[in-house]
Amino acid sequence: MNLKLALRYLLLAILSMIFLGPILFMVSSSFKPDEQIFSDLRSMRAFLPVGDVSLDNYEQVFAQSRLFLYFINSVLISAITVILGILVNSMAAFGLQRVVWRGQALLLALILALLVIPFEVLAIPLMMIVAKLPWIGVDAGGLTIVGSWFNSLHVQIVPFIANAFVIFLFYQFFKDIPLELDDAARMDGANLWQIYWRILMPNAKPVIATATIILFLAMWNQYLWPILVIQGQETRPIMVGIQQFFGRTADWGQVMAYATIVTLPVLLVFVVFQRRFVQSVAGAGLKG
Amino acid sequence: MGARNDKKGIAFTFPALFLLGFSIILPFLAAAVMTLTDQRMLSPNPTEFVGLDNYKRLLSIRVQSVPPVLDDAGTIQRDAEGNIRYVRSAPIERTSDGLPPYQELGVFSIGNSRYVVQVRDPIFWKALANTFLFVLFVVPFQIGAALGLALLVKNPILGRTAFRTFFFAPVVTSMVVVSIVWAFLYNENSGLINQILGVFAGGGVVAINWLGNETLALPAIALMSAWQGAGFQMIIILAGLQSIDEQLYEAARLDGASEWQQFRHVTLPGLKNTLTFVVVTTTIAAFSLFVQVDVMTQGGPNDATTTLIYHAVQSGFREQDVAYGASVAVVYFLLVLGVALIQRRIAGSAER
Repeated sequence: MNLKLALRYLLLAILSMIFLGPILFMVSSSFKPDEQIFSDLRSMRAFLPVGDVSLDNYEQVFAQSRLFLYFINSVLISAITVILGILVNSMAAFGLQRVVWRGQALLLALILALLVIPFEVLAIPLMMIVAKLPWIGVDAGGLTIVGSWFNSLHVQIVPFIANAFVIFLFYQFFKDIPLELDDAARMDGANLWQIYWRILMPNAKPVIATATIILFLAMWNQYLWPILVIQGQETRPIMVGIQQFFGRTADWGQVMAYATIVTLPVLLVFVVFQRRFVQSVAGAGLKG
Repeated sequence: MGARNDKKGIAFTFPALFLLGFSIILPFLAAAVMTLTDQRMLSPNPTEFVGLDNYKRLLSIRVQSVPPVLDDAGTIQRDAEGNIRYVRSAPIERTSDGLPPYQELGVFSIGNSRYVVQVRDPIFWKALANTFLFVLFVVPFQIGAALGLALLVKNPILGRTAFRTFFFAPVVTSMVVVSIVWAFLYNENSGLINQILGVFAGGGVVAINWLGNETLALPAIALMSAWQGAGFQMIIILAGLQSIDEQLYEAARLDGASEWQQFRHVTLPGLKNTLTFVVVTTTIAAFSLFVQVDVMTQGGPNDATTTLIYHAVQSGFREQDVAYGASVAVVYFLLVLGVALIQRRIAGSAER
């Protein structure tokens, strides 16, 4: 019996090494000069930050790529989309679940039907639409009309605010909040907006956390869309930044430092919200 | 239901509806219309309606038979090595319909006859085959791994949460980052994987060019993708395992069922719905393979890793043939829709 348990732990240890190995290799190598990365390859040292460790690679990466700019771009894109997304989608769910109006059943069915359409199908036509769409920009202190959404931050935000799946999540959650709460608030003279903002949303913290994680992950990992609509550096997100850096350098340590920086924010969210995180991601999978 | 209020109901829902219309419904309709035109990204010529030409270009396929060379007596001629000699296949004709000419995709023989398969867009057909091949590699492997992991960490053993976190860690890592790190792991001369294989091979040198080899590149990407995603399916399968009644296992044990029999007759039937769901979502995700290919191989070597979405982006964006790229994406969508409909039928018959 004990042998069986020992074997099980051995298997789990090997599997843990397989699943963590590449990530440990990435982080450890980011602190090492290339010669040491290569000489460590044939031992366990490949996975440990030992030997001639320094922050040189990190300094080099910041010096050679506008990593800081790309990082801020991605943070802005993700944060604004998360905030607006939670507001817009929860409002829609509230309108569909808490208010009675004509056509709402049809609209709910339509929104759920949209879940079948993958973004990959929409990317090229949407690119053609935003190419010629005007936007009001700020130029030298005055407002100007810009003739295209290309090479902007908003082109990476606006299409991803409304999210049928997040609406669905809020809708399901609101269903379980008793109507008596609404009625009590209405007795106290609350209007619909106040019921939404003061009664439902404060009760919806778990689903807000889930939506935050889902939207943040999706936005931080954006790759296909920015490839299509962002050419310059000014509004480039970090995923395109690292891909381009990878394409033009032969320095492993620097690429690993870049990769570690890109992974850090997600890892942070993961560590802080671990339980919630796993449940959300699994929940996102269970939408069928 | 809450208060009846038509105006307020619409007001709450409108922002999301407007944005969904802009980012999903409008481009979806635009895709349908666009694929019937010859629209390009930048073109001096006005866009024209071309009917189904894009789909003809994509899907045209024909098989031409090439007869063996016969002498006057009607016997088959052979070359010095004894191979049958065939009539030189007719040169590919110029087309007057504005579509690209047929090109040879492959050759096969039945008996003494040889057949040439011709298509108008060989890369599309390779992409289609590669996409299906990738699905066939990654789906069983990833779900098999996920099921194994779930069973390993299901029972309360010390460190269970830690192991779950370890297996889930790659899911958290972005696919672009994973692809870059694994490009180093797969490196021919100093990649970690070849080095480890070298250690296991008794200290010898192993130099497999994983991503540069036509046969290995796609399975290598599939292996990496399974590594990245298995932890995700593991969590879903764990949820499914928890919903199986423990009494079923007890009853099975009382009947003297072995662990394998318990797995076969209690676990698997209990997981039927979960596994159906996991297979379908993994399949649909696998059909959209793009990031790994774009970062690691750019479709190569020799189109061996070109996928449908990669081909769509390549022709629709990088070659600026927008209408054609959108048409490739529509074919991809129909495939995904087909998978979703099959799932519905299976799920429906399971409920009955």
